[in-house]
This record gives sequence, structure tokens and C-alpha cells, in this order.
Amino acid sequence: MNASTVIFYILAALILGGGILSVTSRKIFRAAIYLLFSLIGIAGLYFYMNYEFIAAVQVIVYVGGIVVLIIFSVFLTHESGKDMKKPAIGRAIFSFLATAFAFALTMSIIKKQEFIPTPNAAIEPSVSNIGTQMLSTTQFGYILPFEVVSMLLLSAMIGCIVIAIKVKPNTEEIIKGHELKVPDEIDEPINASL
Amino acid sequence: MGIGLTQVLFVSVALFFIGVYGFLTRRNMITMLMSIELILNSININFIAFNKYLYADKLDGLFFTVFIITIAAAEAAVAIAIIINLYRNYKSIDIEDADTMKY
Repeated sequence: MNASTVIFYILAALILGGGILSVTSRKIFRAAIYLLFSLIGIAGLYFYMNYEFIAAVQVIVYVGGIVVLIIFSVFLTHESGKDMKKPAIGRAIFSFLATAFAFALTMSIIKKQEFIPTPNAAIEPSVSNIGTQMLSTTQFGYILPFEVVSMLLLSAMIGCIVIAIKVKPNTEEIIKGHELKVPDEIDEPINASL
Repeated sequence: MGIGLTQVLFVSVALFFIGVYGFLTRRNMITMLMSIELILNSININFIAFNKYLYADKLDGLFFTVFIITIAAAEAAVAIAIIINLYRNYKSIDIEDADTMKY
């Protein structure tokens, strides 16, 4: 049992402990913070496997972006100190049983499966290699998905603005009221002149 | 005993089913969104682990991970916009209260 193995088990404990606490904690703000720890553990696992670029992306996008977004939405919609409702006991038991059996089945299949690594020489997952292949237009390039994802991000951004835009309450009634008032104001001077 | 693919897959599968458990038991939309993030992250670990331990001569798993992270970010942003809009209209983000389109 060397240092690398110990580090892996610490990371695994961080990931799984954070995940379990995140789905069982009854305070929603604490659940978000436990999710943060789990995501940082996953970034550490990417560092452990020598994929520094993905680890950096994980920290920037998930820890710096999504968790902050979730915490903001918690503040916008909740009293964050309040406890959430407990899940119904029957649902909790049957969910636990279903996931536990599915986990056991999947692990038994993985244990039986024999994985054969490729004999070819490894490519260094450095940023220059990643960038060259991602933006290349040759056979194994990823330029088309890259462009499609950029369009998807643009449309998601526009969609968010359209969905979350604030319509002032009773705007329609105020407009209707004006439409009703305007003829009255015109009518009155006519009557007065007569 | 070094760390091989099986150990990493254990972490990934466990995280996936933790996310599924949370998705089934939680009734609050924000916490359900957190469970979805856990599930997507376990998929990312899977892609990276297979790329590292089985297909080290390619980078395809890494690209799939990058695209999944991108789409997860877009999905979280849209979901939170929908949740905030629902909260404005119904003053609740419980999944049981959002039944206007059910009947």
C-alpha cells in the first residue's frame, strides 16, 4: 500500500462522503456545500489520473460556476436555515433497495469483466494535443461538435433570459385600464362642448 | 495492489447510484438538480477512467467529458431559470406543487 493508493482512497472517501451527505442532508444550503466538496474531490481524481486540463475545467465550471449558481438560487427561493421535509419512509426504503441492488449488479458485472488495455503508445493529454485535435478538421477532429456546442450555449443563454425575465405584475390590467380610460376622456370634452 | 480501472469504476458507479437515490427521494427541485449533477459527474469519471486505462492512445474520452461539462452547465442554467420562474408564480419549488400541466 503506497502513497498513491492512500491518496486514491482519500479522494474516493471525499467524493462518496460528500455525495451521500449531499443527497441526505436536510438543510439545503449544507447539501450545496457537500456537493461542492464532492466536486472538488472529483477534480482531485482527475489530477490523480494526470488529466490536468479536465481537472482545471472541472474546478472552473463546476466549483466556480454551477455550485455558485445553485447557492444563489437557494438564496433566491428559500429560507436557507429551514429544514426540508423528510422523504416518505416507504419511498426512502424502496429507493435505497433499488439503488443498492442496481449497484451490486453493476459491480458484479464489472468484477467479472476482463479489461484489455490497448497496446499502442500513449498520447500525452497535454493542452497542445487537446487543442490540436479538438480544432482539427481531419478525420478524428472535433470541430463540428465544438461549433454545435457553442450554438447550444448561445441558445441556452438566450433561453434563460427569456424564461427568467420579470414581467411586472398586473401589467395587462393596467394596459386594459388605459384603453378604457382614453375613450372616456375623449367623450367628456365632446359632451361638454355640446 | 495498485489502483486499476476497477477501483475507479467502483467510485463512479457508487456516485451514480448515490445520485439516483437522491433523485428518487428528494422532492425539492434544487436538490434534484444537485443529484443530476452528481450523476453527470460520475459519467465523466467513467469516460476519463476508460480513456486513461484502456485507450491511452486516443483522446476521445476527454473530449466527451469536455462536451458533457459544457452541456451540464447549460442545463443547470436553464433549469435554475425555470425553477426561479416557477417560484415567482407558485411560491414553492416542491415538485408536488408543480402540477398545472398534469390534468
